[in-house]
Amino acid sequence: MNPVGRIRFMDQQRVNLDGFAAEDPDLGLAALRSPHDPEPSLVVTDGRVTELDGTPEAAFDSIDTYIARHGLDPAVAAEVMALPEVGFARMLVDPAVPRAEIIRLSAGATPAKLARVLAQLRPPELGMAMTKLRARRTPSNQAHVTNRLDDPLLLAADSATAAAFGFREIETTVPVLGDAPSNAVACLIGAVAAAQGVLIQCSVEEALELELGMRGLTSYAETVSLYGTEQVFTDGDDTPWSKAFLSSAYASRGMKMRVSSGAGAEVLMAGAERKSMLYLEARCVALARAIGAQGVQNGGIDGASVAAAVPGGLRELMAENVMVMMRNLESCSGNDALMSESDMRRTSRTLPIVLAGSDFVFSGFGSIQRYDNMFGPSNFNAEDIDDFLAMQRDWGIDGGLRTVTPDRIGELRREAAQACRAVYGYLGLADFTDEQVERAIDAAGSKDLGETDTLAVLSAAHAIRQRGLTVVDIVTALDECGFPELAERTVEFVQARLTGDYLQTSAIFDEQLNVLSLVTDPNDYAGPGTGYEPTPDRQREIDEIRQARGVEDLRESQARFAAPALFTAKGPARPGTDPRDVVIGVSPAVGRDVWRCLSGLAVAEVLREILAGLEEEGCAGRIVRFNDTVDLGRIGLAAARLSGSGIGVGLQGKGTALIHRRDLAPLANLELYSVAPTITPELYRLLGANAARHAKGATPDPARNPYSDEAIEARYHTTVIALMELERRRVDPATGPEELVLS
Amino acid sequence: MTLPVPEPVPEPEPVPEPESVPEPGTGVRGLSGKPVSELTVDAMLAGEVDAADLRIHPDTLERQAVVAERHGNPQLAGNLRRAAELTALPDEEVLAIYEALRPGRTTPDGLRELAASLTGRGLPLCAALVAEAAEVYARRGLAGR
Repeated sequence: MNPVGRIRFMDQQRVNLDGFAAEDPDLGLAALRSPHDPEPSLVVTDGRVTELDGTPEAAFDSIDTYIARHGLDPAVAAEVMALPEVGFARMLVDPAVPRAEIIRLSAGATPAKLARVLAQLRPPELGMAMTKLRARRTPSNQAHVTNRLDDPLLLAADSATAAAFGFREIETTVPVLGDAPSNAVACLIGAVAAAQGVLIQCSVEEALELELGMRGLTSYAETVSLYGTEQVFTDGDDTPWSKAFLSSAYASRGMKMRVSSGAGAEVLMAGAERKSMLYLEARCVALARAIGAQGVQNGGIDGASVAAAVPGGLRELMAENVMVMMRNLESCSGNDALMSESDMRRTSRTLPIVLAGSDFVFSGFGSIQRYDNMFGPSNFNAEDIDDFLAMQRDWGIDGGLRTVTPDRIGELRREAAQACRAVYGYLGLADFTDEQVERAIDAAGSKDLGETDTLAVLSAAHAIRQRGLTVVDIVTALDECGFPELAERTVEFVQARLTGDYLQTSAIFDEQLNVLSLVTDPNDYAGPGTGYEPTPDRQREIDEIRQARGVEDLRESQARFAAPALFTAKGPARPGTDPRDVVIGVSPAVGRDVWRCLSGLAVAEVLREILAGLEEEGCAGRIVRFNDTVDLGRIGLAAARLSGSGIGVGLQGKGTALIHRRDLAPLANLELYSVAPTITPELYRLLGANAARHAKGATPDPARNPYSDEAIEARYHTTVIALMELERRRVDPATGPEELVLS
Repeated sequence: MTLPVPEPVPEPEPVPEPESVPEPGTGVRGLSGKPVSELTVDAMLAGEVDAADLRIHPDTLERQAVVAERHGNPQLAGNLRRAAELTALPDEEVLAIYEALRPGRTTPDGLRELAASLTGRGLPLCAALVAEAAEVYARRGLAGR
């Protein structure tokens, strides 16, 4: 049967483009719990784990083995395994239980135990746990910087933009593998042009990624993937031992590294072995700790939309992040894959983590447009940066980003693109034209670049690799090409990295090259009044978004439309005697500070329409400015009392208008045109005509305020407040009404 | 197959007094031994900085391992100590060992030989990791044939 219109209408909403899966534990389509998840258990015999989550040692798979031998602290095992799940869960949210105590206990908890405990937490409790348990006190954020063309000038400009917005890690990748060295160099130059200490990653296959890091062109890695079942791990062409070794390999070259896991990966590879997503992820997180990684990127990642497709999926994604924190590791909290076509669902997925605060709120906020994101669109992208900045401000929290003035963004993009061009030219990698530089500076995305030479990029990347160029060559080129500050900044960053402090858990550099980490900036949240609070300077960065306006801003914008010659003052207004006389009372700032209504119509145009409407019906309008009140009802009533007809029109500078009669109470007007932003010239004319009909005792044609589905109040209320303040400042009770003539 | 299980994570040693973390450029040296403070723009322009000067020193990694241990993460300490050993190996060899540890690449005997060679060259922690892999891979069918 064809569904009724209401259902057909609902079907058309964007959320219905999303796939929703019926829960099916046999396929691993279960978020928090599957009937096939093992009961938590841990048997330690002579200091050796001989049973883990129901599996005896002889049957351990490779993941069990690695966790059993390296991942658990036998000294606390008995204590934590004996804790009731709900009791442990309450400790996570109890501000009186310090983070250190949770860390101590979690070190002895098996994967199944932590999964059961976290499944107890409701969403606000997950938020509380995250606020308390993240390793670093100061939250931060990571950006994706990529484009479809691997265009170096655009990468440099976008990398500078991301660094300016406050991202402390920048992750790039390539559509064309061979371009990777060029992307790394371009992002490095761009970031250093805008801010000191931004970590750079070029996400490609391990050997190349390691090579770029060894040359000092990149400074961290995070695509070392772990999986929750042995089969999928092996299909991924790795083992816990190869990953453990790789972790050490990165550290041996002084590179920060975190591993990557998250719900849905095993389901997508048909290898979930009937287990819940949270349990499988619990194995990954336990393994991450066991192999000695300092942190984990999880919360779905590529499988985020799989988790989102099942009941409780978003809760599961957040629980993954909290689990990482319980293991005393850095959390890079996902939100890096577009998990819904619905703006509301994707916001709902991300917001709780933004509010709670994480080491990295996103493991890749798409700082470029969706189409340029070569990881695939992130859950938030360049389209959403202003939304995110507004969300930070709305809730008064630090999501890691800040407002930058449009001029500053322009300057930084210019410096980045010019430095990139100079370095590529100096090192003989590629020659770019002035026009290419200008286009990259101005481009909102790679579609704005016009024709580009993608082979030139490949050949530049090839040269970087074959000639073994290192950060020393970049420093030399920057200095020789007239960018000594950037050269100096790059060198200081190299020096700071060699201290190794940024290899500690949750480490980032601030813009003064201080390391903020578990060690130097430990989270000390212990309830209200404790923990991270933005400094006053940082709070200003959060609060002062570029769209914020004050009264003086409005005065300036009104002044641009000023036309003082339009109104001629004719002295004090006198009571009329002609029964066709209708006074149009205007508010105090009209023709002085206020020239344009909220609708965008000039006040003069509005008055002309009202006058014309009056005239059409045979009445004569007179304009009178009342100086003693901003209240429209009083203005309209006062106008009516001056009118020979006893009918008056009231008009505020913002455009709100009404018809009044001399014998009515101030608030009991005849007609009100209240939604000022949507009032058209035709409606003002109708208002004039209706006022005349009231004056003549004829029947007015009732006006209907135009319908709008826009957030009218959100758009105009701040302007209304400022306009009313301009009106109020012109109030002078000592000055009587004055008659104005419109030229 | 019974092989002795290598000691997984080194026993935490008595924790020494906290060392103050040096400011960038003071006291820290690159792998070559060159002090970080000598890595200046001028030195780079003069061609006096090479790749080994830019690489992390094993003593730095050991110092960080101590810090990690003190902050509740002995596994990270273990990782940093393996890394300290690996600073002695050239890039190609590091990548070759990684490749050898991937599933199906190396026989258990091959892994044991690799472990023995690492032990002989002064990389006991990395050797222990490889030796353990040899044992587990054989049991779980992850070794090459």
